[in-house]
Amino acid sequence: MIGTAAMPEAEAITFRNVSKVFGGVHALDAVDFSVGAGEVHCLAGENGCGKSTLIKIITGVYQPEAGAQMQLFGQALPQITPTLARKAGIAVIWQDLALFAEMTVAENIAFETMLGNRPRRVNYAAMRAKAQAALDRLDVTLDLDARLGTLPIAQRQVVAIARALVSDARLIFMDEPTASLTQSETDALLAVVRTLSMRGVAVVFVSHRLAEVLEISARVTVLRDGKLVGVYPTAGMTQSRLTELMTGKTFDQVVAARDTLANPVVLQVENLSRRGEFADVSFSLRAGEVLGLTGLIGAGRTELGHALFGMTRPDAGVLHLNGRPVSLRSNREAVAQGIAYVSEDRLALGLIQPQSIADNTVLSVLRKVTGRTGLLAADRQRDLVAHWIAELAVKIGQPEDAVSTLSGGNQQRVVLAKWLATEPKVLILDSPTVGVDVGARAGIFRIVRALADKGLAILLISDEVTEAHMNADRILHMAGGRIVGEYDPRQTSIAALEAAVYA
Amino acid sequence: MTVLYTRLARAFGAEVPGLLGFLALVLVVFGIMAPNFLTAANFGSIAFQLPELGILTLAMLIPIISGGFNLAIIYTANMAGLTLAFVLNLYGGPEAGVLPFVFGSVLAIGVGAASGAVMGLVIAYIGAHPILVSLAMMIFLRGLGEFLTKGGDISGFPPYLAVLGHGSVLGVPVPLILFGVCAVVWHVLLTRTRHGFAARMIGSNIRATTYAGIHTKRTLTLIYTLSGVMCAVAGILMLARFNSVRVGHGEALLLVTVLACFLGGVDPFGGFGRVVPVVIALVVLQVLSSGLNLLGANQHLSTAVWGLFLIAVMVLRWGAGRYRQRKPGKG
Repeated sequence: MIGTAAMPEAEAITFRNVSKVFGGVHALDAVDFSVGAGEVHCLAGENGCGKSTLIKIITGVYQPEAGAQMQLFGQALPQITPTLARKAGIAVIWQDLALFAEMTVAENIAFETMLGNRPRRVNYAAMRAKAQAALDRLDVTLDLDARLGTLPIAQRQVVAIARALVSDARLIFMDEPTASLTQSETDALLAVVRTLSMRGVAVVFVSHRLAEVLEISARVTVLRDGKLVGVYPTAGMTQSRLTELMTGKTFDQVVAARDTLANPVVLQVENLSRRGEFADVSFSLRAGEVLGLTGLIGAGRTELGHALFGMTRPDAGVLHLNGRPVSLRSNREAVAQGIAYVSEDRLALGLIQPQSIADNTVLSVLRKVTGRTGLLAADRQRDLVAHWIAELAVKIGQPEDAVSTLSGGNQQRVVLAKWLATEPKVLILDSPTVGVDVGARAGIFRIVRALADKGLAILLISDEVTEAHMNADRILHMAGGRIVGEYDPRQTSIAALEAAVYA
Repeated sequence: MTVLYTRLARAFGAEVPGLLGFLALVLVVFGIMAPNFLTAANFGSIAFQLPELGILTLAMLIPIISGGFNLAIIYTANMAGLTLAFVLNLYGGPEAGVLPFVFGSVLAIGVGAASGAVMGLVIAYIGAHPILVSLAMMIFLRGLGEFLTKGGDISGFPPYLAVLGHGSVLGVPVPLILFGVCAVVWHVLLTRTRHGFAARMIGSNIRATTYAGIHTKRTLTLIYTLSGVMCAVAGILMLARFNSVRVGHGEALLLVTVLACFLGGVDPFGGFGRVVPVVIALVVLQVLSSGLNLLGANQHLSTAVWGLFLIAVMVLRWGAGRYRQRKPGKG
């Protein structure tokens, strides 16, 4: 059992009755928020619940509506500016970290101490000393001269934390810090946070991944639709209870698995290998089946997905599609053969964010919306887009709006629409709920289940064991590039599966 | 009024109503200030000057929409013109018949296409930056052209070419008709064909476009090839207009084509851009310069005014963007 931080004695920050209105909409409505000195606190809520707005008010980026009471470290303030918040010791580490990839670790940590109003020479020795001192306070060893771009995300995060310490932060907000970390990296990060907490630095996690939240925080503040739901001690809090609080709905955590072994095999994979990525992978995927593929990041799951989609070519092994051997030279051939791939990186690969919802939807089926003249037919495009938006219940304004204006869940529905329009036989879903709210996830999986019921063969790649357990008919466990186990969710508990995967 | 605005914006692009307003303003101001501005003669001269710049701008437009650039447009046009000139000279210069002209034009278009295809292949398959690739092509073509012509002009073409350069059909200048046809073809290409669609998507995010199953390498190659073809058309027109070919002819137009694209609302980072607003932007530029000319201003001053105009348009767009954001419903 990992110890949780003690309940706070002194308050680091206290905010009362904070409201913020944008264009007549209450982004925040009379919210109270406080964090104790050295406390590890969690700020939980779905996208759009007001988390970011609250952080921006605390850091002085936004000004709250009249009537708010604000206290930083015991000092009541009528107004907070970004400079004031920084001087008081409040730091935010956003998800993108805002570091310089071309600069060294030492420069990234301590460059701000070298900034000033007058030009002067950079004192590299002092900069290194400051950087080293900050890392020492975290009990972490890093090469000060390594270029940041060469480090894994987990170590970059440590650099970002050290940078906050250099400017004497006493309260650090961390936005989705564990989103792209493996379990062991997450554990290392949590250890750093615990060290911070012991030294009196408060940390506020802003997170979607709930299990970690419960593990390390003393208290959870839950926001929903700009309103405060409540502040709860984490002792006795369960994951499902927290989900209910965030969404205001109850979710039945029932295993959806059914017996699909009698269904015909659609995709047969035999001894597929690709040097440095995966080796000797064999499995069969049946019509109407949701086959879970889980394992840690780096286990080769996404690499396998890429090979099945023809993005890379395996060194050895055979693929059979509906009994016929296929060799995929590109993802265009995979699409033509009826294989669709929903990328884990929706922002960079899944959708073309600045382009319209309509254009994103028809992109993979341009031939289908081409008329007899060989030109794209506007009416066919419109009909196809309207059909899929209705079919998948995507909530949009206008089909001409940029896809980036949609929430994560609705964006993922557009990705699904794009691929379903190709009428695939095999659908590969790579971490389909990354960046999707808890409430919207259930909707995505309802669609997945309905597609399986219509006979689509679905490979569900997920690093969230719970997600695979609840939604797959069978689960394959991948580690070190190999399939190391197969589980039936009806006969294996989540705990047993987690123990196997995180071992 | 609002209905007209939304209709225009939807059919031809959000930039169109604003640009038409600008055009009207420029026409009114010069109409008052310069007595012989609103005359058939003046508009006739505008109509003859516009097409070269216009066709070259079309050649620049699609690479920019695909997130790239084509610095080699002028020298590709020159090289295509040279090709035609060589063929005509081979068949007797001023005495050459129509058939050599047709043959030479096809060859010229082939040269333009080849120049574009080479750039496209290198950009698509090697992943080199379009600015570098087209810069290399530009320098290569300039050197090659100067070597072939020894730095001089080639002239002495058959008289019937004057019809293409200076003739009119039913009062409409032939060059303008040619430009009109090219613009319509480009509009259809960009809005109604799979490659045009893919070009826009590539401009926004080439990796995501590849993941969606689009043959992005082939499309990129085609984009630069078509750009080269359009350059060749411009090169043939320039030959007919000036009755001579010289390497470096029209050099000053290179950056003006970029200016016209951005005035026409083409996204400098790729992904967005339409033909109609770019054509209107071209008309505005040409009207501005001819108006200033009639007022007795120096040619250099009109270039300066073009620069100011682009800055003004950027400021106005920024203002319009802020105004739109302030409107309720966004937060």
